[in-house]
Amino acid sequence: MKLYISEGNPHCIKALAVLELTGVKCDIEVISHEEKVVPHLSRPVSPVLLLPSGQHLFSPNSICQYLYDVSGQALTDATRQWLEWEATNLQPAVLQSLHMVALQGKRVEAAAVMKEPLNWLEQSLSKRSTAFLTAEVMSVADVVLWAALFPLLSDTSLKPADDECVMSVEEVEAAAQVWADGLRARSAVIERKHPILPQEGKRNVLLTSALPYVNNVPHLGNIIGCVLSADVFARYGRLRGWNLLFVCGTDEYGTATENKAREEGLTPQEICDKYHTIHASIYQWFQIDFDFFGRTTTERQTEIAQDIFWRLHERGFLLEDTVEQLRCESCQRFLADRFVEGVCPHCHYPEARGDQCDKCGRLINAVELRSPQCKVCKETPVIRSSKHLFLDLPKLEGELEQWLEKSISSGDWTANARHITRSWLRDGLKPRCITRDLRWGTPVPHQDFKEKVFYVWFDAPIGYLSITANYTDQWEKWWKNPQQVELYNFMAKDNVPFHSVVFPCSLLGAQDNYTLVNNLIATEYLNYEDTKFSKSRGVGVFGDMAKDTGIPSDVWRFYLLFLRPEAQDSAFSWADMAIKNNSELLNNLGNFINRAGMFVSKFFDGCVPEMLLNDDDKRLIAQVCWELKQYITLLDKVRIRDALKCILNISRHGNQYMQVNEPWKKIKGGDDDRRRAGTVTGVCVNVACLLSAVLEPYMPTVSHTIRAQLQAPPTCASAQLQGSGSFVCTLAAGHRIGTVSPLFQKLENEQIEALRKRFGGQQPEEECVEAKTQSSSSASVETKPGASQQNLNTDPERVKHLTSLVAEQGDKVRALKAQKVEKSVIVEEVAKLLELKKQLSLAEGKTPEPAAQKGKKK
Amino acid sequence: MMLGNRQPSEAEGNLLQDSGNSKPSLLVSGVIKMALRELSSLERFLGLKKPNKYSTQGGKKVPVLQNNNGPALIGLVTIASHLVHEAKRAELLGDSAEQRAVVQQWIEHRITRLDNCSKEEVKVILKELNQYLEDKVYLAGNIFTLADILMYYGIHHIVVELAILEKERYLNVTRWFDHIQHYPGIRHHLPPVVVLRNRVYPSGHH
Repeated sequence: MKLYISEGNPHCIKALAVLELTGVKCDIEVISHEEKVVPHLSRPVSPVLLLPSGQHLFSPNSICQYLYDVSGQALTDATRQWLEWEATNLQPAVLQSLHMVALQGKRVEAAAVMKEPLNWLEQSLSKRSTAFLTAEVMSVADVVLWAALFPLLSDTSLKPADDECVMSVEEVEAAAQVWADGLRARSAVIERKHPILPQEGKRNVLLTSALPYVNNVPHLGNIIGCVLSADVFARYGRLRGWNLLFVCGTDEYGTATENKAREEGLTPQEICDKYHTIHASIYQWFQIDFDFFGRTTTERQTEIAQDIFWRLHERGFLLEDTVEQLRCESCQRFLADRFVEGVCPHCHYPEARGDQCDKCGRLINAVELRSPQCKVCKETPVIRSSKHLFLDLPKLEGELEQWLEKSISSGDWTANARHITRSWLRDGLKPRCITRDLRWGTPVPHQDFKEKVFYVWFDAPIGYLSITANYTDQWEKWWKNPQQVELYNFMAKDNVPFHSVVFPCSLLGAQDNYTLVNNLIATEYLNYEDTKFSKSRGVGVFGDMAKDTGIPSDVWRFYLLFLRPEAQDSAFSWADMAIKNNSELLNNLGNFINRAGMFVSKFFDGCVPEMLLNDDDKRLIAQVCWELKQYITLLDKVRIRDALKCILNISRHGNQYMQVNEPWKKIKGGDDDRRRAGTVTGVCVNVACLLSAVLEPYMPTVSHTIRAQLQAPPTCASAQLQGSGSFVCTLAAGHRIGTVSPLFQKLENEQIEALRKRFGGQQPEEECVEAKTQSSSSASVETKPGASQQNLNTDPERVKHLTSLVAEQGDKVRALKAQKVEKSVIVEEVAKLLELKKQLSLAEGKTPEPAAQKGKKK
Repeated sequence: MMLGNRQPSEAEGNLLQDSGNSKPSLLVSGVIKMALRELSSLERFLGLKKPNKYSTQGGKKVPVLQNNNGPALIGLVTIASHLVHEAKRAELLGDSAEQRAVVQQWIEHRITRLDNCSKEEVKVILKELNQYLEDKVYLAGNIFTLADILMYYGIHHIVVELAILEKERYLNVTRWFDHIQHYPGIRHHLPPVVVLRNRVYPSGHH
């Protein structure tokens, strides 16, 4: 007997769980998703159980049934009924829901799909008197249902819509009890003492964000892609009491720097100095709280890079090979790909670059260019062969795969990081050249390669180590200490292979007990309005311009984090930024916190009133507590954007509670009413204090302003974020608060419109800023030509016409779906519908919503 | 075979109560009728004396059997299997663990894939079933089981529509189908489908 399973297939969980539980002896074979085991089925399926008789069971439930049956437990009416329900009701909902989560990132919709089956199950369970679904012992029904739900319920972010969060009396009472305990006996604020070093018995977290390439000013996409995301997590970790070190710095070596130096008439060193300062000041404005922000052009970089090089060399992980390259005799140097231009060998475009043709998009090997020209002196370069060193990735592949399997299964790797890594491995690794014929770089110490430097991809990640070494001499306690240290790397997705495959291979090959990445957090891309950021076209907001907009740094942080491209690309939009500021920050969050404080000042002389909790108050406390726990669960998993929603939910609950209880009316009533107004105000101001705590990673200035206004004790943030989170009464009755003032300002339409024009770009299509691999750039790869110019005047006739077309097409799609027509037909019609909708919103003068991306592109 | 020469059973009169919405759509009521008729035919095949009363539940109109001895039974498979036990014909569910699993698998196949499948899907299902039946008399091999009964009921409306050419293309399905419709006491509420014993089209044409 043999069980065939395939990786990542949720159905296989059932079969494996039952096999384990029943102890039936059976071989297991892992097959690929394309492999067909059952002869008569036209599509490959798994799991499949090959029975002793030679028959195949291809239904997961029948496999489970069989395994239970042979171990003496045949189906009963009750178990059969659950299996039938699972197959006809639960399973279709689970599949649809998983599809929505994994491929479309639609968490809310996915949760909605599960509502009906989960309610049914909940009802059945609540009526039951037995410990398990059908009896006092576990049956096949329990395992099958558990396994069906496992992939969804283990994803903690999938929760029912907020208003439907049902809490038991016990939960409410427990939350009220914790609240009443107050701040006593809770941890003190830990001060940061540099140098931060790993400590025994602590959670030691080393956090890096991709090193921004020095020669450009970072744009909003770069900022959200690495430093800002990492900063939120770093601040959160510190609040949680982790022993955490956050390092970053500018990546300074390479062709692009030499290029820029030539453009600006400076030396590469001067360019680096100039831009390093620009970067540092931008991040400071964005309140990125690095423990150390260094750079790669240092002595320590040379030492460490050369040490790793020699270790790789001694252990036989480097190969030598000759490479044909273009050399410009008049400039006396080998030409890097972007220093040469010529005629594309494929499409004959005359201005193809040395690495790629802009016209046909094909990748080019510089020596294949026809009539090549040195970009600097316009002379014709000659082909010369040059000896280079290669890192022998194929030789390290086995070790890498072993390590990856462990790291990915035990740590948090975002889905895109896992996919990209897997696809690199699937295509097989090839030796990678680590040397370059350049001057601006870390010199290769080997005698035979004197004139060469290390290629940036080899050199730059070593920057993490050397920057730490510049921070503390004891850097090895962080970087050669995988037993004690947990490493998080933050980056945009274009950087994944260098952090998951190439750099780990360097470190594994060097065999020096290096700390390798445990958690790899990669974002998708952020677009600008409906195009991409482009320095040369002046499109988009770049780091140094953000402060000139007059919009506070915290609001920028909030909006970028709100948009954080976690599961799919997202787009920055001015109009949306104004909406989010005015609705979420001003009306929801700011309004609640301000009113809570104002009531204390106005009605109770600035002293927190006495609180006598009734059931409504306790329920609110339990709700808030539930959101807080959710916030912690999500942030522990680095789900930064989702956790931000929990904050907004807390203040939404607070607003509702205030609206229902109307303390401003009750204060004018009799004694009972006034006491009630006091309780409600007291609870609200404590919720406001909790908000200041959970806001700290996201909006540090606002968080501190709230705390200052409330005169809250300094421990209130860290105390409430310990463990799984506890919402406690931090401002006890009698506590005196300070002066309360509004936290946010409205963003007016005119102001936003002016900003939109200012950053919209003047010149038409031109060359775009390139997403350089090591630059941690988050610029999108795609542009829709001319999309930004389509700002037509609103034409009511056209709008009307398009509206009716959209409605018509919508009906058609629904009808086709109802008839279960072939998928390709539906997809085609849906595409038409989306196009019409886009035209409609353009005609209405709105920015069209970016179409949700289905499927994963590579 | 006689055509349409059947008196409605007394059971059928009680069958079509719908305790759910008062006005089911035409399509849905067709499905209910189908499921409930099926159960009634099965009862008669099993020789159960006293016909049961059924209702339906939810938007999908799943059949429900109120059971005097315990909680209500929900779902076609659950009820059908229950009836088989009641009639003491457990062998119809398979007489070994292997057969029981295979029978269950085909019944599940019927309710999850065959019911409500699209036109395109029908072709795939027929093709697969045809290949599966190449070396088998019945779905569970050499014995007649509940899988044959329920698959026959479920696939009838598809086979009825097949052109002669298609029937020949899915030769094994047609053979199996013909076999089941002639099995004593099975067909009941369904009209017989004409199956030609001689090929009209030369074989190997597709």
